[in-house]
Amino acid sequence: MAYVIQGETGAWEVVIGLEVHAQVISNAKLFSGAATTFGAEPNSQVSFVDAGFPGMLPVINAVCVEQAVRTGLGLKAKINLTSVFARKNYFYADLPQGYQISQFDKPIVGEGELVLDLADGSTSTVGIERLHLEQDAGKSIHDMHPTKSFIDLNRSGVALMEIVSKPDLRSPEEAGLYLTKLRSILRYLGTCDGNMQEGSMRCDANVSVRPVGSTELRTRCEIKNVNSIRFVQQAIEYEARRHVEVYESGGDIRQETRLFDSGRGETRSMRSKEHAHDYRYFPDPDLLPLVIEQAFVDGIKAGLPELPDEKKARFMAEYGLNAYDAGVLVAEKASAEFFETVAKGRDPKLACNWVMGDFFAALNASGKTIEDPPVTAANLGAMIDLITDGTLSGRLAKDVFALMVETGKAPGVLVEERGLKQVTDTGAIEAAIDAVLAANPDKVQQVRDGKTTLLGWFVGQVMKATQGKANPALVNEMLAKKVQG
Amino acid sequence: MSLDISAVRAIATLARIELGEEELAPLAGELSNILNFVEQLSEVNTDGIEPMNSVADLGLPMRADIVTDGDIADQILANAPEAAEGFFTVPKVVE
Repeated sequence: MAYVIQGETGAWEVVIGLEVHAQVISNAKLFSGAATTFGAEPNSQVSFVDAGFPGMLPVINAVCVEQAVRTGLGLKAKINLTSVFARKNYFYADLPQGYQISQFDKPIVGEGELVLDLADGSTSTVGIERLHLEQDAGKSIHDMHPTKSFIDLNRSGVALMEIVSKPDLRSPEEAGLYLTKLRSILRYLGTCDGNMQEGSMRCDANVSVRPVGSTELRTRCEIKNVNSIRFVQQAIEYEARRHVEVYESGGDIRQETRLFDSGRGETRSMRSKEHAHDYRYFPDPDLLPLVIEQAFVDGIKAGLPELPDEKKARFMAEYGLNAYDAGVLVAEKASAEFFETVAKGRDPKLACNWVMGDFFAALNASGKTIEDPPVTAANLGAMIDLITDGTLSGRLAKDVFALMVETGKAPGVLVEERGLKQVTDTGAIEAAIDAVLAANPDKVQQVRDGKTTLLGWFVGQVMKATQGKANPALVNEMLAKKVQG
Repeated sequence: MSLDISAVRAIATLARIELGEEELAPLAGELSNILNFVEQLSEVNTDGIEPMNSVADLGLPMRADIVTDGDIADQILANAPEAAEGFFTVPKVVE
């Protein structure tokens, strides 16, 4: 459903483009041999190149180039065999060179696309404008001293991929879905870990509004460095409303950079960025154009893993899952693998229900990860085998599952130890039914008088009497015969 | 091509160079002269000619993705006007 802001003068729609900075997974930095690991001692992972010392020359890291191409291919984008590094000039305390080496008019990756999986199971395609390689800046820490900022250059020079979407997004929800999907693709590709808390994936949102039905693009504001998907959505919602209010009160929006204050849930102008749109880009004279061979691109393409969209399509075709279930299962590579292990040689729908239901619930409750799950895929699969061969009823299976979470034991062992095997012995079930009927003659009469809804109550009593072990189908069938027969 | 005073003022601000008002007009003249001098190059017809990036026919050299540098925090900070606890320190820059 379309996201519309109802103003006093009419309905407005929001136009959003996202710029994502994704930290490339590599051992060394983009142009130096210093390490990239997170959380090291301050300035311990800095070379003279990263600190902008005079006379130092950048030498590009081949793996960072490969990762950018891999990501471009994952976004079904055009790979530019020749691209050029340019200097983006600005002054800031954590930018020792006085410029960031980036790419401007000749990025390594051109137009591509990304498919959003909407909540109703349908999809929608968002255009990718470009992807380019650039250096990250250092980190400023403002809370260590009353009048000083502390600068750590460990992050300075780490490779980033700036991934720019077209202004195709129309709601905060779509922006959230875009980020979720992009992160999923990056993780499948192994080109970025997508960790927004540690800052290895950061998002700037370009937001403008226009009257519904209009196709103009109005002045946009850029909200910088929002560090969670939820905050991106909140920032867009706030900013779009602000634009509507400004326009409706007769004002004009000024193009500017704003920051999101998550504590107050609002955006505000960053005065320091007043001149930020005049970066005076020029080709970096220290670096020749980056030329790659088509064979190099083809080699990377041949080694691409199965990506979420293809995996989702396969899950729907091969296992008969619906679009929603398939979308949830493939969002993380590890959960897709978990499901496939459980489903192998078994009823896929049953496997899907257990993974999406009890297993995900247990996973969330335990705080564990899918890599170290509360119940292994092998054990869950074995439990499903016990359901299929009639050893466990659905209800008993739930008990066994809870015990597996608790003890980590295999389902076969638990069934033996605790005597949880389903009772299919008609003699034993009959005895239980007779006892329940004998104890409730008045209710038996009510059923015979036509109040058949009471049958369910009887089933419950018999299940209780057998500690849930009776086969429910048999109980239903025998009860009906005995009471009404 | 010529630069006016407001362009010179904007460039000075971007470059963090402090200029007095009386310096703007002479600089506008000097910078315009430089631009005009370089602009003579546009008289040459370069249609269909690839830009020359280097006098030698070189590709961009690449490095392997191996950690070969770092662990020299003391040298990195050696010339810092101010440092504390392994960090550079600067006047507070925060909004």
